[in-house]
Amino acid sequence: MRNGYDANRWARANDWDDRALRLDKFAADDPENGFSAFNGAADPKPGLKISSGKVSTMDGVAAEDFDLIDAFIATYHIDPEIAVEAMAIPSEQLARMLVDMNVPRVELTRLARGLTPAKLAETVAQLNAMEIAFAYSKMRARQTPGNQAHVTNAKDDPLQLAADAAFAVALGFDEIETTMRVARNSWSNALACCVGSVVGRAGTLFQCSSEEAEELEIGMAGFTSYAETVSVYGTESAFIDGDDTPWSKAWLAAAYASRGIKMRCTSGAAAELLMGFHESKSLLYLEARCLCLQRGMGSQGTQNGGIDGAPLAASMPGGVREIMAENLIAVWLDLECASGNDARHSESDMRVAAKVLPYLIGGSDLICSGFGSILKYDNSFNPSSFNGEELEEFLVLQRDFEADGGLTSVEDARALDLRRRAIDALSHVLKDLGLAEATEVMKRSVAVASGSNETDTFATRDVGLISNKISADGVTVLDVIRSLHRGGFRAEAENLLFLVKLRVSGDYLQTSAVVRDGCVISAINDPNDYSGPGTGYRLSEARRKELAAIRNVLDRDEVLRAEAASEMGEAKAIRYQTMGTADLGTEHKEIVVGVSPGFGSKIFRTLASHRLSAVLRALQAGIERGGGTLRLVRFWHTADTSFLGLSAARLSGSGLGIGLQSKGTAVIHQKDRLPHNNLELFSNAPITTLEHYENMGFNATVYSRGKLPEPVVVPTNGEALGARFHARVALIYAIETAMTQDDATPETLQITFLGDN
Amino acid sequence: MPHNAPNKRLTAKDYPIAENRPEEVTGSRGKPLASLTMEAVLSGEVSMEDLRITPRALEQQAQISKSVGRSTLAGNFERAAEMTRLSQEEIMAIYELLRPGRAASKDSLLDVAQRLRDEQDAPLLADFIEEAARFYEKRGLFRKRY
Repeated sequence: MRNGYDANRWARANDWDDRALRLDKFAADDPENGFSAFNGAADPKPGLKISSGKVSTMDGVAAEDFDLIDAFIATYHIDPEIAVEAMAIPSEQLARMLVDMNVPRVELTRLARGLTPAKLAETVAQLNAMEIAFAYSKMRARQTPGNQAHVTNAKDDPLQLAADAAFAVALGFDEIETTMRVARNSWSNALACCVGSVVGRAGTLFQCSSEEAEELEIGMAGFTSYAETVSVYGTESAFIDGDDTPWSKAWLAAAYASRGIKMRCTSGAAAELLMGFHESKSLLYLEARCLCLQRGMGSQGTQNGGIDGAPLAASMPGGVREIMAENLIAVWLDLECASGNDARHSESDMRVAAKVLPYLIGGSDLICSGFGSILKYDNSFNPSSFNGEELEEFLVLQRDFEADGGLTSVEDARALDLRRRAIDALSHVLKDLGLAEATEVMKRSVAVASGSNETDTFATRDVGLISNKISADGVTVLDVIRSLHRGGFRAEAENLLFLVKLRVSGDYLQTSAVVRDGCVISAINDPNDYSGPGTGYRLSEARRKELAAIRNVLDRDEVLRAEAASEMGEAKAIRYQTMGTADLGTEHKEIVVGVSPGFGSKIFRTLASHRLSAVLRALQAGIERGGGTLRLVRFWHTADTSFLGLSAARLSGSGLGIGLQSKGTAVIHQKDRLPHNNLELFSNAPITTLEHYENMGFNATVYSRGKLPEPVVVPTNGEALGARFHARVALIYAIETAMTQDDATPETLQITFLGDN
Repeated sequence: MPHNAPNKRLTAKDYPIAENRPEEVTGSRGKPLASLTMEAVLSGEVSMEDLRITPRALEQQAQISKSVGRSTLAGNFERAAEMTRLSQEEIMAIYELLRPGRAASKDSLLDVAQRLRDEQDAPLLADFIEEAARFYEKRGLFRKRY
């Protein structure tokens, strides 16, 4: 066998190669070729000249040389009345104001109206990642944080869309977004998510990402309530290559508003680089242009922060800091920010979690602009940072940091009820409107399926037919409301009517608007007023409890219940008989096993789930193999392993004792040693096998003869045993320590093994 | 609306209008918000038109935006208020024309602007399109792309 001693590479590098991280590609800085987060080769210096109320030069470009983006920004974003004052403030000072809790948000958003893209970029570039995170939290527009989900599946199955939409709504997402695998399925997807999103609660906004004209038509039919597909780019060439101009996009922005549909633009780092038109400018500067453009267009908000370009941005040095920085510019410009954390930027779970953390603890209007509420393979956008697989991790992060990520756990039984309700509601509507008929088998398979690989449902071709018919028949949301009502889905009908009525007042067109508890909240009636500790968004006690209530939480009663369940089995396996006060042994072959107060009376299993009777059998077998005898003594004055072991040794005729806690932690001790200076310690109870206990008993006898045995080693594979067991350990240990009595005398226990095991 | 002084401009205090000033809110055929009930939907009294936002509501939202310093958002609402008068087909046709290379020359955009100003009572949209035409010409966008 090759031992590899002559290898020319440290084997650790092979280990690193095998990690998911190494699937990520990393790119070198190359500012000439667009690979620079903050310092593009052609980034301009900030500057602004205004003559007769109009911008004559901006960021080094004279008005006559403006491209379409410059022209739009100069015309619509720059407020000449503020610009002179704002541009005169050194960027160092603006940077300090951003992180100064005593400078109100509204003062900074006022100044931003007079700042050029280069000035905004130069300012935020001076902040380190922590300062950006803090400034973002202070500057974001709406006080209450929120979140958005993707609801899609690989089959464009309407039943699954409805079920998954209902679940996403129950989790607390403020917005859900769908898109299709096959473009013609858009109407079917829209109807399905629309119905699913009104199960259980009213007010979740919904969008169907599709081709511009169709998306607007679907909105006009009342199925959707918002849109975020209005993409903008930071170079003119990229913009035109994307088949739009700032004016055409601004036209669309007004079009959505004119139909009472909430709208935000989309832009993110590295889009221009992906499209091949970066002009040797940095990611941040190009984003600053995009964002000034969006404010100028009158978009209430932006989906921003890498977005589809996040993986490319994150391949560069400082790329993730840049993504944070562009989000900061967005909120500084007073835009609602759906802050990316969307397209998964890395195969490394650690990089993903690290990236989301500032947004989770600092809050964001919509932390993810697409949290995959479904499984990765069902996400028709792309896998998100967080997906159905990682949902519980997100819930736990909220609990860890007492940070409101907008989500709340949903109990299993309730999730299934909601899924069934959504499937029934949609099946009824499909049948009632003559669109399709879902069989019982389809409905049942979708309700319980984790993802579309497990469903027996409509073929994708059928979905296309459903979709065509919805469009051809001119089905509107009113038809759906009436149909739901006819089918007895009255709560859902009311919820859907509530949602479409929102568009009449247009209240939810304002910055950062979402619906909570039947009311529109936005940057107007729920403005972020952060001005230091105790201000801004704080968890209410009720909300804190919601975040704490995740699945399978352990408490003392739970531990006792689990032990009680084991008690019966043990009663059939072993009998303990108290024989009175334990005296000093005289038999030189005896090994005293000292057990803790609750051993076999309150606690019946070790952390490795061995029955205590089995552990005692193993110890006895080992001791007898070494020619010794076991005497069992229960101590009442301590539950500590070391003291149990030492006390046992001091009672033992051989001078050797084994301390054994109920949870399985054990020690071999000798009577003349200091308490914590034992012979062998078995601290990893969860991975200690019965064979280990057997060898432990044997080794005790070897020590008793004054010999040195091969120590028993319990191998670990690096399991985070503390994470897995310490909550239970602490609860069990507390049960045992509560039973201790100072100066109580130990008692000898006679054990009788019953049955064969 | 008789109970509403015509020049009263709304501010952040009136927001959300549907909650604080429900009497101000009607659908595009004049039905008040309170009449958009389930019963009315079931009886067929409510049409999609009744669920359409009015120019007035958009103007009021623009006033509210301005009261909190969001003049560009207000500008969008004001353009949208005019756009409520355009059909879906018109909106999409003009959108298409505003995309790069769709208009063969400045004139087709200027014609649209003229029509919006004269026939649709949409002066802001007309200005907006004329402005686009000027910049498109300057940047050479009137060339065929496909």
